[in-house]
Amino acid sequence: MAGLRQLPLAALHRELGARMVPFAGWEMPVQYPAGVMAEHLHTRSAAGLFDVSHMGQVILRGGGAAAALERLVPVDVAGLGEGRQRYAMFTTDAGGILDDLMVARRADHLVLVVNAARADVDLAHLRAGLPAGVTVEPVADRALIALQGPGAEAALEALAPGAAAMRFMDVATLVWEGAQLWVSRSGYTGEDGYEISVPVTAAEAFARALLARPGVAPVGLGARDSLRLEAGLCLWGQDIDEETSPVEAGLGWAIQKVRRAGGARAGGFPGADRILHELAAGPSRARVGLMPEGRAPMRAGVPLLSEDGAAPVGRITSGGFAPSLGQPVAMGLLPIHLCAPGTRVYGELRGRRLAARVTALPFRAPRYRRGG
Amino acid sequence: MKYTEEHEWLRVEGDLVVVGITEYAAEQLGDVVFVELPEPETQVAKGDEVCVIESVKAASDILAPVDGEIVEVNDALTDDPGMVNKDPLGEAWFFKMKLDDLGVLDDLMDEDDYKDFIA
Repeated sequence: MAGLRQLPLAALHRELGARMVPFAGWEMPVQYPAGVMAEHLHTRSAAGLFDVSHMGQVILRGGGAAAALERLVPVDVAGLGEGRQRYAMFTTDAGGILDDLMVARRADHLVLVVNAARADVDLAHLRAGLPAGVTVEPVADRALIALQGPGAEAALEALAPGAAAMRFMDVATLVWEGAQLWVSRSGYTGEDGYEISVPVTAAEAFARALLARPGVAPVGLGARDSLRLEAGLCLWGQDIDEETSPVEAGLGWAIQKVRRAGGARAGGFPGADRILHELAAGPSRARVGLMPEGRAPMRAGVPLLSEDGAAPVGRITSGGFAPSLGQPVAMGLLPIHLCAPGTRVYGELRGRRLAARVTALPFRAPRYRRGG
Repeated sequence: MKYTEEHEWLRVEGDLVVVGITEYAAEQLGDVVFVELPEPETQVAKGDEVCVIESVKAASDILAPVDGEIVEVNDALTDDPGMVNKDPLGEAWFFKMKLDDLGVLDDLMDEDDYKDFIA
């Protein structure tokens, strides 16, 4: 495919028989010969290896980087301990979401991981919004590999001792064959697992070493999407965008008390007026889970109507078939009065109205290894 | 067997034509999770969307390969959409049609033409 960026592991994907597709300007593996369903189920029962090197890795350096980043996110960064990671979002002046990201605190810098489709926008936003004393360094020489599933811990521990001791949202530097791995115990599947930043020079050998561990199989973007959908996780550009506030999106939990009204560092981020107001008074619409009552999947863009509705009042933001549940699931945006679990709404699909029930998220309980 | 450029196969069975999708099409789709069939006794024109077929990731459709009347549909596919991947040329037929003129089948590809087409 002409004009698309190539992943550091592109040759490996082709060797493994991947079907490649364009995504966010990159040529990406959407599936391997096993197929989306098998790759999805394998991740939940063993360990899936995903190449997510298209995502942007950015280092922020300089005294005050954490405090400065708080000007751009409604999240407690200054209080984030060394060796810990936190979910965050860049907000807009209108209170919408420019992108969602992970922020990790290391000894003398922060590491951000941002969506591939928004990397350019995010870098410009950081450069414009941070003071001169904080440097913004895109990381160009590292691949990013996600290893997810109940088998992930044993597989990574065998190669890089120290992985098993990590708790959910810990970050650490582990060593494999002399290569420095930046590891977080986190992911985008609802399973236990890790995201591993590895120098490009070692990336292929490291990926092959992981694939040689029992139970580790390659997984493409197709299953990555069905896994995160089952876990109730947002995809920027579908479930969240510049029109949706973090509160509408059900991400208020990521806004720590210290940044809320009455907190020591309340507000001070773009869109604070709207966001703090919605935290206090509730939003007028919200992201919910939906389970179609029939077998037909309802996908992004399907309009949603209420029981006696004449016109759409909401829409499906993400949807598809959930292999672990054996049925279709979706997420959508609805007016707040229709958001109680059990509420029946209708998706307008192929000229008909098909019923769906509002359901609490996630569809499947997460299996994170939190402390203890 | 005759084939269309949309990867459907057609087989004459008495005075009816049985229609399904090819192994190539099933493989491209991936694991089928949903099939929606038309109502029997539906009149269709060539190119009309008559069935919906969905994989985990994407929705697709099956078009009427020729003009005619849908007289029978394979309800088994509604309960077991995965059959499309297991036996696309046999058990996973989609519908049977009555044609005014079986001669229209001559315009479609035969097996060798189809093999060249997908090569």
